[in-house]
Amino acid sequence: MSEQKAKKRFAPIQSESKHRMEEQKRESIPTIFLVMSTCGLASGAAETKQAFEEALSEKSIAARIVPVGCIGHCYAEPLVIIDHPTAGFPPICYYQINADRARILVRSYLEGGDPVLKYVLGAMEENDLIPAVMDFPRFSLEQRLVMEHCGLIDPDDIHQYIARGGYSGLVKALDSDPEEVINLIEESGLRGRGGAGFPSGRKWRIARTAEGDGKFVICNGDEGDPGAYMDRTILESNPHQLLEGLAICAHAVGANQSIVYVRAEYPLAVKAIQKAIKSAKELSLLGPSILGTSFSLEVSVFQGSGAFVCGEETALIQSIEGKRGMPQHRPPFPVEKGLWGRPTVVNNVKTLSAVPPIMVRGAEWFRTIGTERSPGTAIFSVVGNVKHPGLVEIAMGTSLRTLIFDVCGGIPNKKEFKAVQIGGPSGGCLPASFLDTPIDFDSLTQAGAMMGSGGMVVMDEDSCMVDVSRYFLDFTQKESCGKCTFCRMGTKHLLNILQRITKGEGRDGDLELLETLSKDIKDGSLCGLGKTAPNPVLTSLKYFREEYEAHINEKRCPALKCRALTAFYIDLEKCARGCEVCVGCCPVDAIFTTKGRKKAIDQELCVKCGECRVACPPEYDAVFKVSPPELAPVIERPPEDIKEKK
Amino acid sequence: MIKLIVDEKEIETEEGRSVLQACLENGIFIPNLCFIKTRQQPHASCRLCFVEIEGFDRPVTSCTEKVREGLVVRTDTPPVRRLQRMAFKLLMSGHPCEAKVCPVKGGCQLIRTAKYLKVGLNPKPLEFLEREVEEEVDLTFFTYYPFRCVLCGKCVYVCREKNEHNLLTFAQRGFDTVIGFFGDIDPTDLPCHTCLACATICPTGALIPKPELTREAKSNP
Ligand SMILES: Cc1cc2nc3c(=O)[nH]c(=O)nc-3n(C[C@H](O)[C@H](O)[C@H](O)COP(=O)(O)O)c2cc1C
Ligand code: SF4
Ligand code: SF4
Ligand code: FES
Repeated sequence: MSEQKAKKRFAPIQSESKHRMEEQKRESIPTIFLVMSTCGLASGAAETKQAFEEALSEKSIAARIVPVGCIGHCYAEPLVIIDHPTAGFPPICYYQINADRARILVRSYLEGGDPVLKYVLGAMEENDLIPAVMDFPRFSLEQRLVMEHCGLIDPDDIHQYIARGGYSGLVKALDSDPEEVINLIEESGLRGRGGAGFPSGRKWRIARTAEGDGKFVICNGDEGDPGAYMDRTILESNPHQLLEGLAICAHAVGANQSIVYVRAEYPLAVKAIQKAIKSAKELSLLGPSILGTSFSLEVSVFQGSGAFVCGEETALIQSIEGKRGMPQHRPPFPVEKGLWGRPTVVNNVKTLSAVPPIMVRGAEWFRTIGTERSPGTAIFSVVGNVKHPGLVEIAMGTSLRTLIFDVCGGIPNKKEFKAVQIGGPSGGCLPASFLDTPIDFDSLTQAGAMMGSGGMVVMDEDSCMVDVSRYFLDFTQKESCGKCTFCRMGTKHLLNILQRITKGEGRDGDLELLETLSKDIKDGSLCGLGKTAPNPVLTSLKYFREEYEAHINEKRCPALKCRALTAFYIDLEKCARGCEVCVGCCPVDAIFTTKGRKKAIDQELCVKCGECRVACPPEYDAVFKVSPPELAPVIERPPEDIKEKK
Repeated sequence: MIKLIVDEKEIETEEGRSVLQACLENGIFIPNLCFIKTRQQPHASCRLCFVEIEGFDRPVTSCTEKVREGLVVRTDTPPVRRLQRMAFKLLMSGHPCEAKVCPVKGGCQLIRTAKYLKVGLNPKPLEFLEREVEEEVDLTFFTYYPFRCVLCGKCVYVCREKNEHNLLTFAQRGFDTVIGFFGDIDPTDLPCHTCLACATICPTGALIPKPELTREAKSNP
């Protein structure tokens, strides 16, 4: 191994990147950073961008617009950071900047020097004028190493990543013995972020020692969990950190071919990664003889069909081979016999993205973050009933309480916390008594949930746990590949039983059957999908059993969620004589006038949409929802009214 | 030769065998539907062949476990039976056939499995699952009966092994999975009338050659 060969070749590239960055700073014109990832675009970032461009040209203001990836604050999109060096303010982060607000910002701030405080989320640096975002719990409790640069750089500009230290991990790896690199990853204790938490160093070592040439490294970016978008965000916001990790891995295990598997439904991510590969190749950071060393790496992008089960590594490999995406029995594991029968490392996007910082800062440093057995950070996409949903990266070992209540702002609308579903559709539902559980691989598994790949749904008191289980089973049942008996038939039975219960057709023995069936599906299924699919049922049965019992025994839905078990009625005492507000809003004309000229609901016609409850003026607040439906008082429709209707 | 202990009895077998094959060859029955002994990578989909092996904390499928010297195997523990019976009931919840009308000579594999596991042919305590498929599907040379099929995949495998083209395949997915046929090829180009491998291997009589085809197969062998 030639001493520091890669480092020497990299030095001029790095200074070029730094030079470019300094040049831009020296120009001292304002820079507008605009979040242009899928989440930003979904909330109108394209219109915002256009408004900025138009306003700038109208006023002939010179400013640079830099499209950046997502920084994870989905509640604040479209998010804009403006660096206006001559205004006397630090870079400022603005939230929910639609086209109108963009024009206001150009007029007031860029032209007039007034930073428009009412749109400010916070300053990006400590200062005396504007509170800094770093002091908000959402920022201060986060610890970013995988997403360190996400949202702060233009993903299409490789120089921005390099200027911030990017690719120096790869350079270091290229100048080291692969064995040392594997030792380092082993010492760091890095565990796979794709769900199971398998030690990455050990996986790499097995692949390195596995016989056979033509080894592969595959980055798993299938991400099929509903509501999870961590991997997409990383791919869109900083694809280079992933590519760097991928190259370090390939070099360590002795692979010259690699594939980034991205679902085809992520067109922006596909484009970003393709662009990134191209620019990395141009700088000899990928491709043949990387940085003049003897190591070459081909990288291609494979667009998956987007089935959830294709995220399972053996199914993923089948699908790359052009076969039906059906999981295979393991062993042999892919590291022994993977793609085209060759030893293959399959690692998640987040796992590979965690590698460069470890390479640069060392195993020791990595272990200072997180817990003994789960070092590093965890990335969650937190959705559901929280004030500040979005992507968060926190140190492992942080409690669920801190994540939900401090980082994400807690439950909105003064509601109570009820449960949190962790680990995606095959994770578990944990009640309030588990809020102090530390977030790490082992604690979550012990609690009956799992880390999964990072989906988290927070539920408030209005969620019905039976309905929630039904929702997740509906997903997994549809996503079952159909290969093995337990999963194909078993999940369908689970779903049917849950559906019956939510419709009020539950019966004696259902809960016991749910339990035995769930256990058997877990023990009997071939792959991880079936083995984990019953988790939401088992955990909710364990922690919210009385809710199931109320559905079955009393035909009552305590959360007033299940339509068949609820009814709306109008309290005649409270209803205002002559008021007609609710009548027009009912889509099925179920509201009629009583003899006393008040309103009542024809239960036969009512579809339980709840529109009348929304429409009823707050000063009357006369519409009520009850369960079981028999609690609604019966009010006969006057006969002449029925005739009229006909 | 490798020695292992199955249900307290020592048996001998060759290296490289699966536990299932070793047992079957030594006269120890383990229920199975998807196992083909020449198949390199077992399909492992029927989930009937569970056994307990010392050192594992729960039952494992015996078709996927290779024999090792001194392996201690039990084929009849309560956890094994629990899983086998549930797998069987799950299969029967999509398989409405009755023993009396079974089209397979001597009764199909499911009838034998039911007898062995000492359970009825009904899916109880499970309900029968309705499926939106036709009773009979025309696959050019065969009639395919989705309700009889247990998706063991044997037909797909033997077809691929015997013919260059993979004529049979899994179609749809999940609960709706069925066996499909690339039927748009000109039937005269197909090897089916002399092959019939799939219909022969099907354990449940879900693929029945059309009578005219059988005659043809007989008349020009
Ligand atoms: C049903 C199912 C879906 C999966 N989906 C994903 C996925 O979307 N992304 C992923 O990285 N791993 C997924 N996995 C886990 C992979 O099989 C594999 O363990 C992982 O990619 C290994 O990478 P890691 O060691 O970096 O975690 C899934 C597993 C199962 C059983
Ligand atoms: S457990 Fe489900 S997804 Fe996995 S092989 Fe079996 S049927 Fe397919
Ligand atoms: S048709 Fe027969 S052989 Fe083919 S999958 Fe169905 S049961 Fe198995
Ligand atoms: S014979 Fe082993 S799973 Fe079918």
